[in-house]
Amino acid sequence: MTEKAMSKVSIGASIAKFRELGLLVFIVLLSIVVQLRNPSFLTIENINDMMTNTAILSILSVGMMLVIVTRGIDLSIGATLALSGMIAALTVSDYPDLHPILAILLGTLIGLICGTILGFLISKGGILPIIATLGLMNVFRGLTYMASGGKWVSAYQMPTSFKSIATSKILGLNTLIVIAILIYIIAYYFINHTRTGRQIYAVGSNPESAKISGINIDRILLLVYAIMGSLSGLAGVLWVSKFASAQGDTAMGYEFSVIAACVLGGVSIAGGSGKISGIILGSILLGILNNALPLINVSPFWQMGIQGSIILIAVMINALVKRGVDRNHLMRRKI
Amino acid sequence: MNNKLILAKQDFSFKSFFLQWEWMLILLFILVNIINASLSPYYLEFNSLRDATMTFLDKSFIVLPMVFIMILGDIDISVASTVALSSVIMADLYNMGVPMELAMMICLLVGTVCGLINGILIVKFKELSAVIVTLATMIIYRGIAYIILEDQASGKFPEWYSFLGWGYIGGIPFILIIFIVFAIAFALLLHKTIFGRRIYAMGNNVTASRFSGVQVDKIKIIVFTLTGLMAAVTALFLTSRMGSTRPNIAMGYELDVIAMVVLGGISTTGGKGRMIGAIIAIFLIGFLRNGLGLINVPAQVLLIIIGLLLIFAVMVPNLKTYRDKLRRSN
Repeated sequence: MTEKAMSKVSIGASIAKFRELGLLVFIVLLSIVVQLRNPSFLTIENINDMMTNTAILSILSVGMMLVIVTRGIDLSIGATLALSGMIAALTVSDYPDLHPILAILLGTLIGLICGTILGFLISKGGILPIIATLGLMNVFRGLTYMASGGKWVSAYQMPTSFKSIATSKILGLNTLIVIAILIYIIAYYFINHTRTGRQIYAVGSNPESAKISGINIDRILLLVYAIMGSLSGLAGVLWVSKFASAQGDTAMGYEFSVIAACVLGGVSIAGGSGKISGIILGSILLGILNNALPLINVSPFWQMGIQGSIILIAVMINALVKRGVDRNHLMRRKI
Repeated sequence: MNNKLILAKQDFSFKSFFLQWEWMLILLFILVNIINASLSPYYLEFNSLRDATMTFLDKSFIVLPMVFIMILGDIDISVASTVALSSVIMADLYNMGVPMELAMMICLLVGTVCGLINGILIVKFKELSAVIVTLATMIIYRGIAYIILEDQASGKFPEWYSFLGWGYIGGIPFILIIFIVFAIAFALLLHKTIFGRRIYAMGNNVTASRFSGVQVDKIKIIVFTLTGLMAAVTALFLTSRMGSTRPNIAMGYELDVIAMVVLGGISTTGGKGRMIGAIIAIFLIGFLRNGLGLINVPAQVLLIIIGLLLIFAVMVPNLKTYRDKLRRSN
């Protein structure tokens, strides 16, 4: 019996150790399979397209990871993204001379406001994250429609300078990718090497003891949702610039992709754990899947079902792995 | 003995707060109707009021079991997708030549299975909250509906099927009669049976309930399965009313349903609330939507109003406990 238990333990624990490696291997295998089925997959053009798409997804994953680490969830990011993208697009179509950086700042600011409202409701109002974000998701979506009067902002209404945010290059890399890399470097430093960053994890892994040890939980929650909102606002501007169109239903359901990227990357839904390296790989894998499925003739109508299954299977595996690790710890204590 | 203790505690809390909450709901309900009547001269006609109930009662079937789920302290956001999946499967089967009666049975079965899957996953994976499980199944169920119908509509149901959504019995809408029957059944189940008392007990303290011999897992699975079944009932009535179905049918219903339950005074942390509150809230939100629709408020503004209403409804009791806490610490 003990031998059986031991083998189980080692499987659970080893998955936990080699999760990143496993994801990497899976990404490589997936790329090879898709490349064999459709040779246009690994062309420079397609890779570039895939990378810029993944850039937006990965920016949002950083914020979502922080939210999930504090045991929350944010379903409103698609709506926040649409709202800030729409307002940025409307602004640049009215003032074509506006510097693109100002447009980015404007979008980020709107996202920050949305996120702060949400954070305030959750931390001070004591509302469950799922209910607060479900409510605000609809409020923001409604505001997006109202701001635009139900119309689209199309490519010809946007100045070239705004559209070039997504096409320009810095040091030979697409601007979107550069922004994503910058955000990842800042986030890595923030969550691993600053006091506030570590406090986020403390709040997630055990709120009671975090409170006793003097951490201001309300402040951390407010901060986390404000970061999530700002990143959604930023992503909104990038999205609108990339697709050169702002609509009322922009990014509808995109929050599911982001949550899928996080849980694939090993962010525990029970809070307290999640690594930057994990969500990078999670986002890349999901970005490749989103890009590759149409290339190997999978109907776009399958995408939703596949994404949902990924989330479900990933969280189930995460839970089983955690069981294995916990049992391992228990065994070690016994000896 | 254990049941008695919980009963005593419940009595106390009803008197102190929830009676007031339900009175407030009734006041709000009257207020909404007065405003509606003053905005539109046709509002208060009996026929218009009667027919208004037909437009919003379809989702109310999900509100009833959702009260159970939220008293347990859980949440189910997959209900709208369950409606879509069972409706799409029913329409697809009927168009493939399956008799309508059998297709309707299968619709109910599909909903039940969806709920059962939710329940089993939540019980087997205790580390995962109901939020993430139903979030995943919400995407999966809707995704399967899209796989079946892609972006097409399916309909051409037999003539008699439209009776569900549009028919009257003795001048009263059929859907209203069915709703009243279900509402009474669910209210009795929650307030007058051991099953109901155990749900309250679990909502207050799952561990204590398990130690006192309540089969916690079984009750949870039953409640989630029941929710799936009622989502399928909604699918029957909604599809009949629309005359056809699409994979994006009932989009956003989870917001309305949860808003109705929360507005009805059911605490989001579990263990508190009564069926009557949720039933008043169904009519409150229903008539509010109806009135705003009469004066041509766009659907997007309605979304904002319902979203704000949901947040407001959760905030009020929280602010009260917050104030109590402050007072106690002073």
